[in-house]
Amino acid sequence: MKGDFRARNHPAYWAFAVHRVSGLLLAVFLPFHFWVLGQALTGAESLDGFLRWTEQPLVKFAETGLVLLLAAHLTGGLRLLMLEFLAWRGWQQGLIAIAAGLSFAAALAFALNVV
Amino acid sequence: MNARSETLLWIAQRASAAVLALCVTVHLATIVYAVRGGLSAAEILNRTHGNYGWLAFYALFVAAVSIHAPIGLRTVAAETLGRRGAVLDLLTLVLGVALALWGWRAVLAVFG
Amino acid sequence: MAATLRVSVWRGAAAGRFQEFEVPRRESQTVLDVVTHIQRECDASLAYRYACRVGMCGSCAMTVNGRARWTCRTHVSKVAQDDRLEIAPLANLPVIRDLVTDMSRFFDKWAQAKGQFQGARSRRDDFARVMPDSPQRLAVDAAIECIGCGVCYSSCDVVTWNPDYLGPAALNRAWTLVNDVRDTAGAARLAAVAGDAGCHACHTHMSCTERCPKQITPTAGIAGLKRAAAAAAWRGEL
Repeated sequence: MKGDFRARNHPAYWAFAVHRVSGLLLAVFLPFHFWVLGQALTGAESLDGFLRWTEQPLVKFAETGLVLLLAAHLTGGLRLLMLEFLAWRGWQQGLIAIAAGLSFAAALAFALNVV
Repeated sequence: MNARSETLLWIAQRASAAVLALCVTVHLATIVYAVRGGLSAAEILNRTHGNYGWLAFYALFVAAVSIHAPIGLRTVAAETLGRRGAVLDLLTLVLGVALALWGWRAVLAVFG
Repeated sequence: MAATLRVSVWRGAAAGRFQEFEVPRRESQTVLDVVTHIQRECDASLAYRYACRVGMCGSCAMTVNGRARWTCRTHVSKVAQDDRLEIAPLANLPVIRDLVTDMSRFFDKWAQAKGQFQGARSRRDDFARVMPDSPQRLAVDAAIECIGCGVCYSSCDVVTWNPDYLGPAALNRAWTLVNDVRDTAGAARLAAVAGDAGCHACHTHMSCTERCPKQITPTAGIAGLKRAAAAAAWRGEL
């Protein structure tokens, strides 16, 4: 039944949900990212103008979120590649915890360096 | 689309994923390093201007993501809309080409 | 342990409602005991399925408190929170009436996945030799105990989102045959299980593996099919 999470509330399902949501959000962000960088075509000033706008705390918070999404999608993706390409072993179940840990570490590293 | 084409799409998505694993790791490390003490256009462009290494790296990065993202989005769209077909496949291709062109434009922009 | 259970049971077909019953609670009671009590003592019009009632046939599979399970092997004491139970038919299958589903599509997909053995020898030939500790036979052994109960199929979200998806049970069976050294239908089978309605649609939610009452890991078999299909496509054999 739609919205019934009693059967879905297990780690591998949440790993899928994180992977799908992060992928979607990153895909939406990407064209915007390319557009911003393309501003450099008209000279460093227009890119600088945009970068000054990003100095606001709310934008920094959003950027940290983006780093978290990217790291989560990467680590989750590595887990999937291992599940699909390596012969099945029990330890692969622990990859979710490792992926989550590395994602938060990356986001934290970014946050600490950007402030 | 037949089983063979769909399997090749899957291979392309996983292969581009492997390439992206390397590119994204480098990109994340670079970003974390680069944002120290604030970010300015001059800093970014000083690093990338005339640098063939970064040009090659980012060109590869854009190519890989232009393959990876549209194929993933095609699956999500098919499962959300509940249908597949030639239109969806065409949109996937168009998105891939658009991302590649736009991305390579950005890469050239910072290469100078 | 309270004296009675409050049980919500699905009545109707696709359109319907939950009907409440009060059932006396007993020691070592299973959910199948509860459903049987309701049909015999409360409402004879309740439709449900069971056969062996000892965890061998898989006929009694239903959705209990949101999770697909064998009701004959589910102790009430394990699942009844606050002395309540919610019993519904298996998901992802058309409901014939009350707790009974139409399993035809489930078995049709088994056939579509070429889940039948095809051999080249006859009774006049010598026995085939299959080493029990070979990696291929170990892979088959890990997956061969499936009795087609439908719990995995009912638990799979991709089956819900993609009506053509063959599903974990059919793909798991195909995997046992891909690894069967006597089987001769390899190429046709890979063509049948590859693609958007086949193994490539699996997103590794692993709900099938979580719920399988025989502790089979369909996700592992489906991953194996992905590798086999990719290798075949790469060699131009798909």
